[in-house]
Amino acid sequence: MSQYLLSVYTAEGQEHREPPTQEQMQQMMEGITTLEADMKSSGTFVFSARLHGSDAATVVRSGDGGPIVTDGPFVESKEHIAGFYIINADDLDAALAWADKVVNTIGAPIEVWPFVDTQSS
Amino acid sequence: MTDSVASREDATDVEEVFREVYGHAVSTLVRIFGDITLAEDAVQDAFVVATNRWPREGIPPNPAGWIVTTARNRAVDQVRRLARGRELYLEVGAATASVHTGDALSGEDRKEDESVSDDQLRLIFTCCHPALRPEHQVALTLRLLGGLSVDEVASSFLVSEPAMAKRLVRAKYKIKAANIPYRVPSDADLPDRLQSVLSVVYLIYNTGANDPLRAALRGEATRLARSLGDLMPDEPEAVGLLALIVLSEARAQARLVDGAVVLLADQDRSTWDRSLIAEGQTIVRECIRRDRPGPFQLQAAIQAVHCDAQTFEATDWSQIVTLYDHLLLALPTPVVALNRAIALAEVEGPEAGLSAIVPLHIDLESYHLMHAARGTMLRLLGREGQALAAFDRAHQLAVTEADREFLLEQSQALR
Repeated sequence: MSQYLLSVYTAEGQEHREPPTQEQMQQMMEGITTLEADMKSSGTFVFSARLHGSDAATVVRSGDGGPIVTDGPFVESKEHIAGFYIINADDLDAALAWADKVVNTIGAPIEVWPFVDTQSS
Repeated sequence: MTDSVASREDATDVEEVFREVYGHAVSTLVRIFGDITLAEDAVQDAFVVATNRWPREGIPPNPAGWIVTTARNRAVDQVRRLARGRELYLEVGAATASVHTGDALSGEDRKEDESVSDDQLRLIFTCCHPALRPEHQVALTLRLLGGLSVDEVASSFLVSEPAMAKRLVRAKYKIKAANIPYRVPSDADLPDRLQSVLSVVYLIYNTGANDPLRAALRGEATRLARSLGDLMPDEPEAVGLLALIVLSEARAQARLVDGAVVLLADQDRSTWDRSLIAEGQTIVRECIRRDRPGPFQLQAAIQAVHCDAQTFEATDWSQIVTLYDHLLLALPTPVVALNRAIALAEVEGPEAGLSAIVPLHIDLESYHLMHAARGTMLRLLGREGQALAAFDRAHQLAVTEADREFLLEQSQALR
């Protein structure tokens, strides 16, 4: 059994596109609810969260006189993490199958990152 | 004197055996231990033992079984040495209870053969997993299943040995870290995943076919295609690839004579390998009966039509154009469109061929065969200035020495 981070990416500026209709939003929320119920009943689900936009992010570095706090993410990039799932899966193929379901539900690409298994390595 | 000759021959035998059993041994060890690096190291150790022992004691009756048993024992020792391997060791103990020792193989060879094939099939799907980069897929397949040394894989792809070693380490790291399974994919995933395996094998074949210096890759690819065909006789594309490779292989000797390219029209057809052609055509006929066409089967069918013709003039070009029409639907790439245009020129004349190439100019600008095809058609139309320019461009872009040589001759004849 391995753990994977499924990180959902969003492109900054996408908000300027046609906003989803009430109905589309409703449909997506229902899709997410069903998906997460499936994840939970199959023992796949570990944790999930949605994140605010990059305007809300803050960077902390260590400096000589204490922490240096600045606005924004490390790298100004068009794409940033918008949310994530942490899941249990037997192997990469199983994780990719869940990733595919997430992609189809939310309509955004995701990255699949394996966790370092501290038990055995 | 005789002694040294004898030992040299033995060394060659031992090397041949290694090459033959490497993929088998590594696949089996990967199944047992679930770790590629451990499997490779153990098989390597077993080969070292064999190199010392076999020339003195003779090659054992079942060299593959001997290597697997010796490697497995090495791997168990290795796992035992690692304190953290305790749990794995217990698991392996359970797993190996069902594995034969090499010496006791004789009575159950067949059963063992089957499970060995399954092991190799699992491992090739791992090596060609789409989560790995295509160039890593090819390198891993050649290294783990083809049994090529890192140096041989490196020179096959014109990169340095350290660069190739790094590539292999990265690929193996990803398999382990991301937990890419050793498994034949589920039915739902199989068509896509099989496509990726078949493409890797075909790429290996073409790399060998396009360059006489890397001709050994043809043999590796043929071997891999044969085992895929044997392992998945009900997958039309798997047997289609085997037919395609076998039919190309039948004419490989005629395509390159003394390192020089010989065009289809000028090939000595009496040197084509009739038994390979018969094998390929039988498969193609089976595919047609099965009627589940796909890109590899269609390409094989095209080769089968070429092999049917006693002379270049007797080629059924309109049949070939029709097959290319089907292929374009299944595999709509500019290279397929180019090959269709070349066949079309044989049916309707060079003018028609040239017009069919026009839409491909941008996509195939850096592909030497597009310029070579244009050069040939322009020459037939008597437009020698343009033909010369096209052959010059093709010569600039060609990758292999044999192709450059051939294209240079075409240009020089027009000057």
